[in-house]
Amino acid sequence: MNLRKAMESLQGLLKETWHFYRKTLILVTRGGKIYYAWCFSLLAIIVVGFIFYWKQHEMGLIETNMTDQVSWGLYIANFTYLVGMAAAAVLLVIPSYIYQFKPIKGIVVLGELFAASCMVMAILFVMVDLGRLDRFWHMLPFIGSMNFPASLLAWDVLALNGYLFLNLFIPIYLLVKSYYGKKPNWKFILPFILLSIPWAVGIHTVTAFLYNGLAARPFWNASILAPRFLASAFCSGPAIIIVIFQIIRKVSAIKIEDGALFKVAELIAYAMFLNLFLLGAEIFKEYYSGTVHMASFKYLFEGLHHHNELVPWIWAAMAMNVTAFILFLIPSTRERLSTLNLGCLLIIVGVWIEKGPGFVIPGFVPDPLGEIHEYVPNLVELMVSFGIWALGLLIFTLLMKVAIPIETGEFSHTDYEKGVITK
Amino acid sequence: MELKFIKMQRNLHTLAIILLILSAFFSLALGAGQEFPVPPPPFTEGIFPCSQCHASMETNRKKRELKDEHTKIRMHHAETMRWCLDCHDSKDRDKLRLYNGELINFTESHRLCGECHGNLYRDWRAGIHGKRTGYFMGTGKRTYLLCAHCHDPHEPKFKRMMPEPPPFRPTDRRNVK
Amino acid sequence: MSNKDYTRREFIRSFSVTALAGLSLPVLSSCSKEEVEDFLQKHFLEMTEEEKKQVIAKLEQRYFEQYGRKFQISTQEALPETLWGYGLELSRCIGCRKCVYACANENNTSRYTRQLHWIRVLRLKRGNLINLEDSEHYYAPETVPEKGFVYLPVQCQQCQNPPCVKVCPIHATWQEPDGIVAVDYNWCIGCRYCIAACPYKGRVFNWAEPNIPKDQVNPNVHYLGNRPRMKCAVEKCTFCIQRVREGRYPACVEACPTGSRKFGNLLDPKSEIRYIIERKRVFRLREELNTESKFYYFFES
Repeated sequence: MNLRKAMESLQGLLKETWHFYRKTLILVTRGGKIYYAWCFSLLAIIVVGFIFYWKQHEMGLIETNMTDQVSWGLYIANFTYLVGMAAAAVLLVIPSYIYQFKPIKGIVVLGELFAASCMVMAILFVMVDLGRLDRFWHMLPFIGSMNFPASLLAWDVLALNGYLFLNLFIPIYLLVKSYYGKKPNWKFILPFILLSIPWAVGIHTVTAFLYNGLAARPFWNASILAPRFLASAFCSGPAIIIVIFQIIRKVSAIKIEDGALFKVAELIAYAMFLNLFLLGAEIFKEYYSGTVHMASFKYLFEGLHHHNELVPWIWAAMAMNVTAFILFLIPSTRERLSTLNLGCLLIIVGVWIEKGPGFVIPGFVPDPLGEIHEYVPNLVELMVSFGIWALGLLIFTLLMKVAIPIETGEFSHTDYEKGVITK
Repeated sequence: MELKFIKMQRNLHTLAIILLILSAFFSLALGAGQEFPVPPPPFTEGIFPCSQCHASMETNRKKRELKDEHTKIRMHHAETMRWCLDCHDSKDRDKLRLYNGELINFTESHRLCGECHGNLYRDWRAGIHGKRTGYFMGTGKRTYLLCAHCHDPHEPKFKRMMPEPPPFRPTDRRNVK
Repeated sequence: MSNKDYTRREFIRSFSVTALAGLSLPVLSSCSKEEVEDFLQKHFLEMTEEEKKQVIAKLEQRYFEQYGRKFQISTQEALPETLWGYGLELSRCIGCRKCVYACANENNTSRYTRQLHWIRVLRLKRGNLINLEDSEHYYAPETVPEKGFVYLPVQCQQCQNPPCVKVCPIHATWQEPDGIVAVDYNWCIGCRYCIAACPYKGRVFNWAEPNIPKDQVNPNVHYLGNRPRMKCAVEKCTFCIQRVREGRYPACVEACPTGSRKFGNLLDPKSEIRYIIERKRVFRLREELNTESKFYYFFES
């Protein structure tokens, strides 16, 4: 009797799950022309990226432009930037759960799914950078030989995967509850949500420490690195979230008040101020003391011995950051959508330059033996990077395609129940 | 009285013999080059033993530039203060001459160099001056090289040499030959 | 309830990680037995004697096929009571780079695509010995030494407090009891964190499959030292681990024409290196970083 009941409930569960999968598939494959164009172009970029990655995997990393002098390049630059972006979901979590700021509360789940997509991209960037991806299992704790706690890379693996788990578990839990029309058990889920706040700070601190701990690289061996990372993370992530939310409210029924966006923009302004202040503090220290260790700064901002590839980039980034800061600081420009979006775009690009290539490459120039080698990514690296970005955007798009209908109530379990009844 | 004298003589004889044995032992131990296993000295082919020619020649002690033989040797080693016969013994050309008059073989020429270059000689004996090859511990052979193996005694300054090629630059990513 | 969470999560994860799986599928698609064995090979320090023998036999077979020569692969452990130290007399180095190429020949480093050198000779102007910013690596004059310049060869310093060992995420590099910092080439995943961490640029990376001409390969190798490596593994000077553990001088010491290079056991009070440290003015590069390098530079003039 009990066994039959169990079998029946299992059967019911499988039927529900199958219905869910079918519906999800219908959701993601149905959309407007723009949606199809977007998805197919992303798929094309992903395929091209994969083909280039395959070549890199077969021949070895010699297919990239990295050398013994500059041994980390575009991949790790993107990785650093993406970890920062992912940490920014916390800028939505704090107002909505700690300060109960209603306008943001409805959209936190989407922000967390965005953080999860960023995490996937970050982990992929590390994976493509590895020389021997086939030996990845050496990194697993207990199965491999993870060097914890001495190696910051081991910490990073744990922190990033933990954050990915949190940012999948929490939104999925909330969405499933929403799907079934039930209230979430806050006693259960709130600890996880609150955990994700220090964890977000943690992932970026660990990534900063990864660079910070290297005494061999004076450009990175500055205590100000971790605060700078956090400050710039809290600029770039929310900026892209603002843009994404405007797109979301345009293409779906989700209502996102302007107030929510402006609040986030205000937080960005403070974060950008901190970022600029910390950068100014570093520049003062390097230029005023004027020791040998300022060579990397000189390379970045002025050029060193006629090597000045990065100089125009970093000054462009500085200009973008300062402009964006002003745009976000002044309420009238912050609260006008056109200037708000301009500011967001400037920050996204500016912080990418400052924290990606503008951070990773000067650490290697000059190298510990004084050699200067300028690094420029080549086609393989560019294509693989585009491929991974496209993959992240595609994942996020598909997640949104399912999550938004659940949030708005369009896609819920009641459909199935109705379907079952009317069968 | 005579008995005492005979006894003294005998004692003196034994003492002399003992001293002789001791001095022979010490001279062997200190000088003998047995503790420095060196390869044969780098002679020009056929030049040794020098007495082949010099035994029958007259000794001319005058400091001069050699015109008939040994013209390839350029004296560039304290040449204002010394010349050939300050190092090469004038009577026995198969030997070298130390300051105190002692004659040594060419296989121990390091003792001669060490008279002026004491610091370096001390380093060489400890094994830290000059090229070392082979084994430095265990049962393998320790090798030393004579000063003359690296430094031409007449013109000791190291000649400039052509360096090996530099490494490929990092911009030359594939460095195909 | 938790079952439903699980299926939902499972779906999302499988959907979003399909691409990841797709990426790794081709990676794991090679399924010959040998490759599976390679994939599952343990860390050198965790292998039993039997497993080591098997790995050595496999490697000997492979090297024979590749280079046509019988290799002697040693797994000689550290000798007791040894801590290797190196001395370099800067006043005598003439920058001829003979050590660089002797090392390359002895240690089976890749000759081209890409060329790897474990020793790098820097040329510095007289008056400056520590500020390596002004060094020249690619000098190619007619003859050396050039007037007005000093030459400083740099290689892995086998630090007693190595930053590379600290940062390796998988213990692929570690310090042996005799002080040599070793790399298990089959364990390294090629993340290059150790290269970023080394203050002396002692470590280099095989960006592609190494190219060693068959007639120049050295068949007397050590598993942790100069056995031919594979692509995307980090390598570095090992103080010629295959030589010093048998009491022979490293190849660079033997090659130096001016005898600038000295080697010995720091724990033996009668060794050459101890003589140097006790009587000469020695210094080590970047001592302020507390790496406790075992490479002592000294000079007379």
